[in-house]
Amino acid sequence: MSMMTIVQAINNALDIKLAEDKTIVVYGEDTGKEGGVFRVTEGLQKKYGVERVFDSPLAESAIVGAGLGMALSGLRPIVELQFDGFTYPAFNQIISNVSRMHNRSRGKYKVPMVIRFPYGGGINALEHHSESPEALYAHIPGIKVVIPSTPHDAKGLLIAAIESNDPVIFMEPKRIYRAIKQEVAEEKYSIPLGKAKVLTEGKDVTVVAFGAMIRECQKAMAMATDAGISVELIDLRTIYPIDKETIATSIKKTGRLVIVAEAPESFGIGGELIAIANEEAFLYLEAPPKRVMGFDTIVPMAKGEPFYMITPERIFYEIERTVNF
Amino acid sequence: MIFNDYNPQEDKILRIIDNEGKIINKELLPDLDDETVIQAYKSMLYARTADEMAVSFQRQGRMYTYPPSMGHEAIHIAGGMIIRNDDWLVPAFRELGFMLAKEVTMKEIFLYYMGYEQGSNFSKANHVLPICIPIASQLLHANGIGFSINYQKKDEVVFGFVGDGGTSEGDFSEALNFAGVWNVPVIFTIQNNQYAISVPVKSQTKSVNLAVKAIAFGIPGIKVDGNDFFAMYVAYKTAFEYARAGKGAVLIEALTYRKSAHTTSDDPTKYRTKEEESEWHKTDPLHRMKKYMENKGIWNENGEVLIEKYKLEIDNQFTEAENFTPYKLDDVFDYMYEDKPDVLKKQKEDYELFQSWKENRK
Repeated sequence: MSMMTIVQAINNALDIKLAEDKTIVVYGEDTGKEGGVFRVTEGLQKKYGVERVFDSPLAESAIVGAGLGMALSGLRPIVELQFDGFTYPAFNQIISNVSRMHNRSRGKYKVPMVIRFPYGGGINALEHHSESPEALYAHIPGIKVVIPSTPHDAKGLLIAAIESNDPVIFMEPKRIYRAIKQEVAEEKYSIPLGKAKVLTEGKDVTVVAFGAMIRECQKAMAMATDAGISVELIDLRTIYPIDKETIATSIKKTGRLVIVAEAPESFGIGGELIAIANEEAFLYLEAPPKRVMGFDTIVPMAKGEPFYMITPERIFYEIERTVNF
Repeated sequence: MIFNDYNPQEDKILRIIDNEGKIINKELLPDLDDETVIQAYKSMLYARTADEMAVSFQRQGRMYTYPPSMGHEAIHIAGGMIIRNDDWLVPAFRELGFMLAKEVTMKEIFLYYMGYEQGSNFSKANHVLPICIPIASQLLHANGIGFSINYQKKDEVVFGFVGDGGTSEGDFSEALNFAGVWNVPVIFTIQNNQYAISVPVKSQTKSVNLAVKAIAFGIPGIKVDGNDFFAMYVAYKTAFEYARAGKGAVLIEALTYRKSAHTTSDDPTKYRTKEEESEWHKTDPLHRMKKYMENKGIWNENGEVLIEKYKLEIDNQFTEAENFTPYKLDDVFDYMYEDKPDVLKKQKEDYELFQSWKENRK
């Protein structure tokens, strides 16, 4: 075991897989020599050479499109896109090609490819550096979307993503890239995709979140405990395929659902979770499910971001209202 | 015609003064009176001072991430002297001097990097788009504006900017292609400052230079010493007259060096050497211009005194920005749409309920 941040845990997962599997290549903008703008790939070029860990020209569509070609011809590419807001030039490749190749070729072609990028707000960044586009990507049939919330999960989920023969979008919560240190096993392990995790058991209300919002929920839970409310906290870990069973089981137990996510509320992950509550646990509901999500606005620039970012206090406020409904 | 004389396929570069301000291409030296040359230098010095102060305010924690423009002043001020009030500037995000020339204020620049959207609402500047962070995407807007100009039978010209890294994006090639097909009055400038964050330009392209990319799209391209004010002036003047005359778009590669970091979050020591930096610093545009003026005996002012004067003026604008109206909840919602949807109104009301709950709880 050693203490790792999320950045170190991801680096460690890449290191383990690069050592083990010669078909893996890692590339993106500034990913090679510099080790990425967040230093996630730091040291890997030195260790595995420029043939396997390298800088590409600046073109997200080409990065992802070439990755697909590699995946179709014997390699397992892990590509990095620099920021959430810079992934969109690659959107066409992802939605039109990456996601469809397996189905279109009736399984002849597999797409063992991981697209990594940092996402989310709360770091006083410039425009286009604070977005949470998980719903955009989860809405694409043929893609898996994974978001870790801890160093331990980041490593295990990334290894599972790399080993998957389906294309995986791996979104990294940049706000907590270095905020948490945790004991992480040095050897290889993986955490299955598609499974949520009950982080804390409780009986009054189910709170579902992922990524950087888990920490905020844990702080809100402490407030709820003081107020005599017992919260069951679920970390989704994988956005798609979503773990309906774990969610429904919890709602059946608590009768209440609060969803916490940074992305704009309308047509986002919250609506999907409420649909699961309605379809799978309708008769158990004791209060309307509640979304605690971003406004339907652009993430404001730094001076306005505190209004947008979801605080433990706001989560607690909605938990309390839901429980007292 | 300089576009023919400086064929990018032969990797020729337009240069008029050398690193010590000596005229090496007298034939092309523009006919500018001394006062204009002195004013151009002062504008470059002002832009340099403002840029250094912005970096320093960021270091003091009074601004967020800032992308320095240091080293690019000759490009900006030369273009700024040619662009008219009704011509358009479509910036990337490293064109400080050009934006100042178009009457964007330092207060607005500061507001932006303090985290106010208001910093993109250029109150005095005419026909300047907000900076554009998604790389190269802005060049397509330049074409659209160029189309409007032709459609409305106006004689405006559009100045669009991109960096060397941006030339790898599909949008760059698409923009040059549209510009050729539509014959729009757009002057594309590539500020080739050698690096896209950490990645050197030789890793972006196998082309002999970046100006040569124009050839395939059927528009003129020219490689210019971007640290030579006079060369940039001549290139812009020629391109401007060409575009204004309805002949279409031009691509200018302005060869320069990003003297500072990509942004204040970046550390160039990770990927480039001190030796390389000092080689390029010899080509500094302000140094060359000052030497030129001294050689000609037209520079009699004290630069230090000027800088102090500029600092005072810029500092006042910074104070105004720091005292700007505090950000309100309305500022998050009010500009998303002209016709605000009910769902947004409701989200704002819900948040206000939360705020009053929070107040009462205290």
